[in-house]
Amino acid sequence: MSATRLEAWLCGAAALALVLLPLVAGRYPIYLAMQILILAVFALGFNLLFGYTGLLSFGQAGFFAVGAYVCALILLRVPSLLLGLVGGVAAAGVTALVLGALSVRHTRIYFSMLTLAFGMMLYSIALRWRDVTGGDDGLVGIPRAPLGPPGIPGPSLATIERYYYVVLVVALVAVVVMRRLVRSPLGLTLQGIRDSESRVAFTGVPVRVYRLAAFTIAGVYAGLAGALLPALENTVTPPIAHWSTSADPVLATLLGGIRAFWGPVLGAFLFFVIKDIIVRYTEYWLIWLGAIVVVLVLGFRGGVGAMLGTLLGRLTQPASGRAEGPR
Amino acid sequence: MPELLRVEGLAKHFGALRAVDGVDLVLPEGRRTALIGPNGAGKTTLINLVTGGLPPDAGRVFLRGAEITRLPVHRRVRLGLTRSFQIMNIFPRATTLENLLIPVLARLRRTHRPWAGLGTERAAVAEAEALLVELGLAGFRDLPAAALSHGDQRLLELGIAVASQPALCFLDEPSAGLNPIERGTVMELIRRLSESRRTTFVIVEHDMDVVFSLADWIVVMNRGRVLAEGPPAEIRAHPEVRETYLGEELEA
Repeated sequence: MSATRLEAWLCGAAALALVLLPLVAGRYPIYLAMQILILAVFALGFNLLFGYTGLLSFGQAGFFAVGAYVCALILLRVPSLLLGLVGGVAAAGVTALVLGALSVRHTRIYFSMLTLAFGMMLYSIALRWRDVTGGDDGLVGIPRAPLGPPGIPGPSLATIERYYYVVLVVALVAVVVMRRLVRSPLGLTLQGIRDSESRVAFTGVPVRVYRLAAFTIAGVYAGLAGALLPALENTVTPPIAHWSTSADPVLATLLGGIRAFWGPVLGAFLFFVIKDIIVRYTEYWLIWLGAIVVVLVLGFRGGVGAMLGTLLGRLTQPASGRAEGPR
Repeated sequence: MPELLRVEGLAKHFGALRAVDGVDLVLPEGRRTALIGPNGAGKTTLINLVTGGLPPDAGRVFLRGAEITRLPVHRRVRLGLTRSFQIMNIFPRATTLENLLIPVLARLRRTHRPWAGLGTERAAVAEAEALLVELGLAGFRDLPAAALSHGDQRLLELGIAVASQPALCFLDEPSAGLNPIERGTVMELIRRLSESRRTTFVIVEHDMDVVFSLADWIVVMNRGRVLAEGPPAEIRAHPEVRETYLGEELEA
C-alpha cells in the first residue's frame, strides 16, 4: 500500500468516525470534538503562514476574536448562523488584509513582534469598546440560531448534536480547501518564499503580495474558527483575543508537526486530549503541555506527525515516496 | 549588436566606502561578458544595483532603452533581467523539478493559482522537465534539491535563472566552491545555454582560464570603478590591469 493510499484510508476512517461520533458518544465528547475541530481550522490557517510561508504570527487570536465577536453580534440581531459565519469570516479577512499589509513589510522576529502588537491592540478593543463588545463581561446569551439565511426557515440547530454536524462540515471543507491550496502553484510559490525569498523575487514574483495573500488566508481561517465559537459557547469574552490564545495554534502545530500537512489537525487533537487528561490531575496543565512541547521540539522537530510518518513509512514500504506537505 | 543594458554614473556608498563609484557601462545583446576584479572591487554591489537588490545613491539604469533604476526586483525580471547568486540559492526542500517549476510558473504568470493541482499545469511541467534534461539532472526529478551534490546544485541554480528566459542574466561566481571537473561542467553548460537561448550572460568569475576562454568581452573593476574593458586579448595586454589584478597569474 502506498503512502498516498494509506493517507486516504486514514482520512476516510477519521471522517467516518467523526460522522458517527454523536451516535455513540455523550454530550461531553461531542463538545470536546467540536473544540478540536475549531482549533484544527485555526491551526491549519496558522500553519499556512508558519510552516509553508515561514512567517511566525503571534497575533492570530486577534482575527479569531474578530470572527467570534462579529458572528456573535450578528446572531444577537439576526437569527441566521450562515449570516453570522459569513460576516465573521469577512470581517476577519478584511482585518487581516489591512494589518497584514503593514506586517508583511518585515519578516522573521520583526514580523512576529508586529503581529503580537496588532493582536494586543485588537485585545484592548475587545476589552474597552464596551458599547459594542460588552467589555470584560463580553457578549452573552448568544442564540444557536437556525442555519439558513434570515426569512427563510432553515433547519434548527438547537441541539448540540445538530450544531456538531455544522462544525464538522465546515471543518472538513476547510481541510479540503487547504489541502488543494498547498499543492497548487500558489502553495509551491509560498514554500519557495519560505526557503528563499530572494530567489523567488528573481523569478518575477512580487513576494510581498504573496506573503499578504498567505496572511489574509490565515486570517480568514482564524476568523472562521472564531465564528464557529459563539453558537457553541453562547458567550464571547475578551480572553479569546488575548495573546495567550494566539499560542494555541502555535502549540498545536508544534505538537503535530510543522512539516506535515496534517500536523496542525493532529496537534489540535493532541492538544485537547492531553489537556483533558492532565486537567483531571492538576490545574497546572499548561506546565505539562509545555513540557511535552519542549521535549518534542528538542527531540523530534517534526512533531508527532513526523514520528508517525516515519513509523508508517516503515510499515508500508522501505521508501514510500517523498513526504507529504511542506518539505 | 543592439544595446541591451546601459548604466550611467551608477554609485553606491556604504558609509565612507565607495563600493560602486560612478560606473558607466553598455552591454550589447549577445555578447558574453565577464566581470572581473579583485575582492571588494564592487562587482557584486554593481550586480545588486542593476538587478534591484539595492537602491543606488546616484546614477541610472536602462534595459533596452527603458529606465529601470527604481523598479522593484520582480518588475525587472518581467522585463527580462535576472541573476544567480554567489552563495547557493535554491529551494532545498522542494524537489529538483519543483525548483524549476517555480520560475517557469512565474514566467507564465500562473504562480497565483490557488486551486489547480501542480500536475494539471502540463505546459509548465513539460517545460521544467525539458530544462532538467538540458541540465543533465533528469534522473533527480523527484529528489529534494538538498540531496543533490554541490556541483549539481550549482547546475540547478543556473537552471532556475535561465528558466525565466531572461534577455540578460548575471551569474555571480556560478562555479564558486566547485572542483575543476565540476567547474568545467558548469562552464560548458553556460556556453551551451548562451548558444541555445536568447540570453546574454554576464559572469563574475575568478578563474582566469575560464574568463579568457568563455568571454567575448571583459570588464575589469577596481575600487568601485571600471578600470578597463575590451576583448580578452586587449585586456590581457592592458598594463594597468596586469599590474592591479592579473599580475603573477599571467606571467606564470
